[in-house]
Amino acid sequence: MPGFPYLPQTGRDIDEMLEVVGVKSVSELFRDIPGKFEVDISIPESKDEFTVLRDLSELSKNNVSLNDLSVFRGAGVYKHFVPSVVQAIASRGEFLTAYTPYQAEVSQGTLQMLFEFQTMICELTGMEVANSSMYDGASAAAEAALMAVRVRGGKKILLSEALHPEYIETIRTYCFGSDIDVETVSFDSETGQINIADLQKKLTQDTAGFVLGYPNFFGIIENLAEIRTLIGENIMMIVSANPISLGMLEAPGKLGADIVVGDAQPLGNSPSFGGPGLGFFASKESHIRKMPGRIIGETKDSDGRTGYVMVLQTREQHIRRNKATSNICSNHAFNALVASIYMSVVGSEGLREIARRSFDKAHYLAERIGKTDHVRLVFTGPFFNEFVARFDCDLKEFNRELLKEKILGPLELERFSEEMKNYGLICATEANLNEEIEFFAGRLEAIG
Amino acid sequence: MTIFDKSTEGRTGFYLPREESYGYEPSDTLPENSVRKESPLLPQLSELQVMRHFTGLSKKNHSVDSGFYPLGSCTMKYNPRLNERIAGLEGFSQIHPYQAEETVQGALEVMYNLQNSLCEITGMDSFTLQPAAGAHGELVGMLLMKKYFELKGENNRRKVIVPDSAHGTNPASAVMAGFEVIEVPSNGNGRVDLGSLEEILDENVAGIMLTNPNTVGLFENEICEIQEMAHKKGALLYYDGANLNAIMGHARPGDMGFDIVHLNLHKTFSTPHGMGGPGSGPVGVKNILKDLLPVPVVRFDGSKFSLDYDLPNSIGKVRSFYGNFGVFLKAYAYILTLGGDGLKRASEMAVLNANYLRARLSKLIPTAYPGLCMHEFVLKGSKLVSEYGVKTLDVAKRLLDYGIHPPTIYFPLIVDEALMVEPTETETKEALDAFADTFERILGEAKDDPNILKAAPQKTAVGRLDEATASRKPKTRWSKDT
Amino acid sequence: MKKYAATHEWVSVEGKTATVGISDHAQDHLGDIVYVDLPEVGKSLKKGEVFCTIESVKAASDIYAPVSGKIIEINEELDSSPEKINDDAEGAGWIVKIEMSNESELDSLMDLEAYKKHCEEEG
Repeated sequence: MPGFPYLPQTGRDIDEMLEVVGVKSVSELFRDIPGKFEVDISIPESKDEFTVLRDLSELSKNNVSLNDLSVFRGAGVYKHFVPSVVQAIASRGEFLTAYTPYQAEVSQGTLQMLFEFQTMICELTGMEVANSSMYDGASAAAEAALMAVRVRGGKKILLSEALHPEYIETIRTYCFGSDIDVETVSFDSETGQINIADLQKKLTQDTAGFVLGYPNFFGIIENLAEIRTLIGENIMMIVSANPISLGMLEAPGKLGADIVVGDAQPLGNSPSFGGPGLGFFASKESHIRKMPGRIIGETKDSDGRTGYVMVLQTREQHIRRNKATSNICSNHAFNALVASIYMSVVGSEGLREIARRSFDKAHYLAERIGKTDHVRLVFTGPFFNEFVARFDCDLKEFNRELLKEKILGPLELERFSEEMKNYGLICATEANLNEEIEFFAGRLEAIG
Repeated sequence: MTIFDKSTEGRTGFYLPREESYGYEPSDTLPENSVRKESPLLPQLSELQVMRHFTGLSKKNHSVDSGFYPLGSCTMKYNPRLNERIAGLEGFSQIHPYQAEETVQGALEVMYNLQNSLCEITGMDSFTLQPAAGAHGELVGMLLMKKYFELKGENNRRKVIVPDSAHGTNPASAVMAGFEVIEVPSNGNGRVDLGSLEEILDENVAGIMLTNPNTVGLFENEICEIQEMAHKKGALLYYDGANLNAIMGHARPGDMGFDIVHLNLHKTFSTPHGMGGPGSGPVGVKNILKDLLPVPVVRFDGSKFSLDYDLPNSIGKVRSFYGNFGVFLKAYAYILTLGGDGLKRASEMAVLNANYLRARLSKLIPTAYPGLCMHEFVLKGSKLVSEYGVKTLDVAKRLLDYGIHPPTIYFPLIVDEALMVEPTETETKEALDAFADTFERILGEAKDDPNILKAAPQKTAVGRLDEATASRKPKTRWSKDT
Repeated sequence: MKKYAATHEWVSVEGKTATVGISDHAQDHLGDIVYVDLPEVGKSLKKGEVFCTIESVKAASDIYAPVSGKIIEINEELDSSPEKINDDAEGAGWIVKIEMSNESELDSLMDLEAYKKHCEEEG
């Protein structure tokens, strides 16, 4: 009997098992399926792993890896230096092939890791409680909008137009599902920050929450304290934050955020073509029972040993079903592990230094741009490590040229808005060595 | 000890290239209230300390790699390491979603081919790979239904029917799309009761969500009738693909008449569970719904792959970028490795293993439903209660002492003291026998001294935990003062 | 004298005030109670309406008003000590006090004997 990878049954095994089951053949086991559904799926026959590896390696070479490029593009996915120990630990089978920790006694590794992850997210965001992960920043922001409506009532969510466009679209889709109205608030064309007058105008009685970025999609840092005061206590301030920036920026929790979400891909996770990322979600203790996602808590066993367990499961779908706070079941626990290892290795001071270098290099680049003839910074507001520049040339063409020199240039914002033709979003992180910065600055100066 | 307890100020595991600073300080441009005064409290350890901490944690976990994991409805099959190797290839893991399409043709080809393979395996016309998990796929499916009827002007369709045996994500997802959930009871054979279905199926129903085989491991053999009933009333049929492992190469939901299908790559297609995720929940549709799929869609014009965002009737997006690409790679590698013949064989062995285990275990405690099962089966633990005074929970906890992860317990809700067992095809006969033997042994213990079970587990890192206090006064983060 | 609803709530009447809680049978069934989602004082209730949710570790139960009226008092101790319901469901574990609007509704509730029988039949 020809074998197949991963299937250990020998001919003898099969005969013995069939006898115990009391049927003559394997096909008899499928007798409940109406015969008309019989099918021959047209998928090529099985292959050995060496052939598969070779074929897929070939495909992988049709992609240009960020390892071979100087990357000046971010927009939600970032290149950072990831220590080797992260992969070494994460690849352990006890983490990779474990399941959701429903049986807590044999999942203490998972549960403690997630408890520590929750703690780190609380520390970064300045919030009181964090869940053990969501899919990505966009869906986390959408779930935050739904939670705001759950907590505050009302039928409307306000979104900053300076949020990541894909986040805006995702929030809209979720709100379509829940019949929640979405209205956007414009940004100031000079500063790149929220247009306060427009925000004021759009605040209504039935507004449950306001979602904004920190930094926002254009890299600009919003004045959270001002916005907190403006929107009053009855509207939830939902902040979508870049976790690396939180190594330098004041925690949104300390500036009045009600919910903080974001994507922690930059914390040790590969860019991986945009997924899996790592959504995080943090809020206040008083709202814990309205939060989505799995939450880990500390407790003791009957011998007084400290242990960890999933708490408040009655919020979740497997118990509360149609009344659950969310349908979320699988999360991104493995990516949370990667982020935890990363944060543990870089530590408080390491994260601070990564943020400082990102800030430093981006600001140097911005100043060099200020001295060019054909590239101009668009916004005057304070920024972290990303900013928008306007190019007096065909940015697409410029990027093509840059690619030949192994540079991934500014993200063309034209893809999101026709009005932003030849506008580019530029990013710098600690992974851009100074010589790369100098080279790129030189290229920008050489335009025209 | 948590990692924070092991921290010492001034330690780090991280060193960056020595570089000159350009001299820009946050206080130069940022308002004072936007600058952090204190560094966030993260661990401060050496690299070796970090390694030891996490190694220690890993030793407290059960995993597929370490032992039998017969969780019904989860399909805990072996996670091939080839798939990890491929997902880790630089050309796949180190690419940015916003790179020029010419520089990611390999990635787009993987997605395109995976979509096509899934279409072929399920008999559907188009697939989206965007949803990040099964529940996420269910949400997409429900949103597709909502949009579909909105475009048709049938705004009266506010209800979705779900069997009483359904996984909790089904009703939860339907509600997130604004539907009201109506339950249809199962009959004595563990299948959807057609009479009851007929009573509640009217023109206000948008769709019916079904799992096939269902959550008690039985094939809904009246699916043709159900399909006809639903479509006659203008309702759509949704397939929860959690149990696809039973029927690959034997039957396809598309052929059964389903309009929307979601799959769980982390179940059927061997991608690792990673302690709860990431998964991936691709959604397949028949042509009537293909223009409503989330954007972007991967296209191929004969020479080039591209991302198409121009779907005016799309439901929009349910997440950023294109889906859990890292997970796609693993599922795709799995499909290439097993091939059409291998996938079919995998389902056969999954069903054979389950029936063998069922035959052995049914001698010890009764099954919920008589006869053959598909890839999983449900045992009724209520006899344990009446005869030995122990619950399903106690048996589960005692299994932990034997290094075996218990089956799913207390699901589905329609079986009292349920144990749902799914061995999967990657287990040997010896592993199945060892499980059955251990089970028998534990029942023997229950008969002689039920307290052994009630006190279990004794051999694990911790014993039974006080979940009540944990949920009454949740302590969800470490802090210095405790 | 206590009366019981088929959905396992009890009512104890003094004048126009009905004290309401869940039966000992119900608390036993729920297991360790971890949270009580108390309603607000002043809320008007209709008989049969859900006015509260009680959460245990593994379940959440809706609690139905056995009589109509207005909530005049809630047992705030349940906020910090929800386990009171486990310890003394039919005494210190009371949940709300209602000012009844229609005393005749009490007639359709069961006495202790009838309730015990009802529990047996429910299996």
